Amino acid sequence: MTSFFNTTIGLPYGWAWFVATIAGILLIALPLMLAVAMIIYADRKIWAAMALRRGPNVVGPFGLLQSFADGLKVFLQETIIPAAANRGLFLLAPIITFTVALIVWAVVPFQAGVVLADINVGLLYILAASSLGVYGIILSGWSSNSKYPFYSALRAAAQMVSYEVAIGFILISVVLWSGSFNLSRIVEAQRAIWPIIPINGLAFNPLFFPMAVMFLISALAETQRAPFDLTEAESELVAGYQTEYSSMSFALFWLGEYANVILMCALNATLFWGGWLPPVDWAPLYVVPGIIWLFAKILFFFFVFSWIKATVPRYRYDQLMRLGWKVFLPVSLFWVFLVSGILMWMRVGVGA
Amino acid sequence: MIQAIAFYLFAAVVILSGAMTISSRNPVHSVMWLILAFFNAAGLMVLVGAEFIAMLLVIVYVGAVAVLFLFVVMMMDIDFTQLRTEVVRYAAIGLGLGGLLAVEVMIAAFAWNEGKVDLARRAAPIDATVPNIQALGQLLYSRYLFLFEAAGFVLLVAMIGAIVLTHRERPGTRAQKVARQVARRPQDATRNVKPAIGQGVEL
Repeated sequence: MTSFFNTTIGLPYGWAWFVATIAGILLIALPLMLAVAMIIYADRKIWAAMALRRGPNVVGPFGLLQSFADGLKVFLQETIIPAAANRGLFLLAPIITFTVALIVWAVVPFQAGVVLADINVGLLYILAASSLGVYGIILSGWSSNSKYPFYSALRAAAQMVSYEVAIGFILISVVLWSGSFNLSRIVEAQRAIWPIIPINGLAFNPLFFPMAVMFLISALAETQRAPFDLTEAESELVAGYQTEYSSMSFALFWLGEYANVILMCALNATLFWGGWLPPVDWAPLYVVPGIIWLFAKILFFFFVFSWIKATVPRYRYDQLMRLGWKVFLPVSLFWVFLVSGILMWMRVGVGA
Repeated sequence: MIQAIAFYLFAAVVILSGAMTISSRNPVHSVMWLILAFFNAAGLMVLVGAEFIAMLLVIVYVGAVAVLFLFVVMMMDIDFTQLRTEVVRYAAIGLGLGGLLAVEVMIAAFAWNEGKVDLARRAAPIDATVPNIQALGQLLYSRYLFLFEAAGFVLLVAMIGAIVLTHRERPGTRAQKVARQVARRPQDATRNVKPAIGQGVEL
């Protein structure tokens, strides 16, 4: 895009790069907001269908405009700041959540070469940015100066930090196998993993299928989706860390949460299921643009997320911590050893 | 040009947020300013081409260490008036440390004026085209392997020490026995009775 602004429009290189980057950001962020609105609708519809209800069906055809109506309603409401709240941090918290959910998309490759920032530490960038997500929640809980939000914030912080450890080890094993932190190269490394049946996707390798499942579950915990939604367990904590929020500050949490969910679906698809590659390495399938394959995978994983939300009961908090620290952490740590051991074994007799 | 703007932006914010860290009255605000300082320091690292260190700085310090700080600070019940009276007690140490830092900065500036460090004579010169992560890995796992392992052991000892210090047997608590919970079947826990009409269930 830089070359387009540089040669076709005739801007100097620096400005062309600047304009191209801004355009790229808008090109990702604006459709993402639309996608969040539609995915909330999809979530409610899937959930309703599994509970044998009809779900949103009044606003617009099939209720398609429901999310926009909700957005408008929230936008027109008054922003209430509790008198005892810490004003600055109270308003900062939803902005952090929302921003962090958006900045991670900079390194997600949508197609071969279609990525905003093709940096060679892409996966570390994702880890770094997602570790910032804790701050939005913990600050909102503390600055509300209210019991339940604070409990919820502590729960959320402990939960996210715990599962980030497991996610880190899972990602390390993926990085070891594909030999790069760059997401585009991780996707390329998943091309035709079996010599006989050329399937694309790391998870089709039996060594990595357990990792893919663990990553999916950790992603649920990381985004605080059911069955790990203890932070907003309404029977215990009212609405969790967002209890005191209203109007746009509440909407920012809402948008950030769902943007994070889509991001985790995208990461599942990119890291384990071949990203923008079609499922099988077969020439006619490459006619379909890669971005369609990626979206199909994202939507599939979102369906899985909604399915789990509709069917699985909420975890107890000690079970959640046990799963994170006593099951996922040792298993993923062992897998790092296993993967590196197998890689070393495959290299025996081959020059380094 | 853009590098200069970015450098001055990051550097100014680092200094400003450092100053705010020690001068803001609310400890939680202090931690937030500290996080901003870490963040901009990471930006400076990116500018000098150490993107791996920058990301690690954000992951480790911002993502983990500062969260723990925040945890502790939020849970503390702080008496602000008492804090201010204690400032005098620590003023001498603070001034001493500040003076030491100032001297160090001056020595660094003089040394810089004498000429740059001869990069070609470093212990382990690295090809500039090799990415950060590879370069670090090549050094850590060959030349500095023992130091690296030793650092790992220090961390392990620290971890064990923390566990030993905080671990205690708690009498009178009933721990979750997960295996037993999982092994429990409905027919062991429930009983199906068909009471006759007019009679209740005898327990």
